[in-house]
Amino acid sequence: MIYLTLFLEFFKMGLFTFGGGYAMIPLIEETVLRYGWLTEARFSEMLGVCESTPGPVAVNMATYIGAVQGGFLGSLVATLGVVLPSFIIIVLIAAILKNFTDHPIFKGFVRGVQPVVIGLILSTGVILFAKALGYVSLTEFKADWISVIIFALLIGIYWLALKVFKKKLSAIQLILISAGLGLGVNFCFWA
Amino acid sequence: MLELFWTFFKIGLFTFGGGYAMIAQVKETIVEKKQWMTEEEMVQMLAIAESTPGPIAINMATYVGYKRRGIWGSAVATCGVVLPSLVIIYVISLFLDAFMQFRLVAWAFTGIKCAVAFLILRAGYGLFKKLPRKILPMSMFVIVMGIMLAMELFSVSFSSVFLILMGGLIGIVVYGIVGAKKEGVK
Repeated sequence: MIYLTLFLEFFKMGLFTFGGGYAMIPLIEETVLRYGWLTEARFSEMLGVCESTPGPVAVNMATYIGAVQGGFLGSLVATLGVVLPSFIIIVLIAAILKNFTDHPIFKGFVRGVQPVVIGLILSTGVILFAKALGYVSLTEFKADWISVIIFALLIGIYWLALKVFKKKLSAIQLILISAGLGLGVNFCFWA
Repeated sequence: MLELFWTFFKIGLFTFGGGYAMIAQVKETIVEKKQWMTEEEMVQMLAIAESTPGPIAINMATYVGYKRRGIWGSAVATCGVVLPSLVIIYVISLFLDAFMQFRLVAWAFTGIKCAVAFLILRAGYGLFKKLPRKILPMSMFVIVMGIMLAMELFSVSFSSVFLILMGGLIGIVVYGIVGAKKEGVK
């Protein structure tokens, strides 16, 4: 029963990710690949779409994966799943457990989870980075020169904006710039 | 009620780049314009939203909704903030496959993939900078990085939920129980 699986998996993701949407990305990737819901390439394409459309990235991802697997009802169920744990926990805190977040046990838990979540996010970033450049497996590396060039240009532009214009580019700006770079560099190679 | 829905619908519709971008928007709307909360309450809410699981935007919507109108208020605010995402992404999902067939779109996406990796690295690095430079959190971080990268290299899969729970458990023992005892002695 795909709807139940979608609901339960996204409920689990909503329940175990502390620290906002980015913390959810490693878990979403893991789950999606385990069930074969999306290919790895489509997963990172979709991350780009989700970061450049409005709304929380985790909700966007849930909606998309739900839609691909189970149509409109699927997207509804997955979104409900990812939102529900937050909803229940926050209502409980706001209604009854007013000082719950000040409890030393809870604070300890959050402090312990923090380094793990950061490790998960950074390792996901490193793996996506390596894969974009051409990492396939332990014994196989096929350098993707187009991506190497795009990366170099992107980092150059980001650095220039930061140092020279004192402006930190936002996620949406970076995505638009990188889409332009993708078009430009691919065109040069194709021509 | 309707106002609550519309306010969060607009917040959901106009904030790009995930929950953190939403914090500024929520502050502007809820504290400055609508005056539904004081600055102090906002800070308290943020602390709760960041230390509980789930997307920060959802946590904030639920919290504000509850403070205004109880459980129905929180349901309405949460629906409002989620609805734009749901509609937009659902429509995109219908056309994405056909859309990807165009060569130009595929080209643009080779660039976007690079930006996504960059954004995740940037977010992770931003959080890492705030992590206390102490032995325990640092070594936990290094161990998690090591496990995740080794798993990728050797194509083993293992649920990261387990790692998160382990981290929480270590935190409870070290900071919650031992830390609280030390303070008690003082």
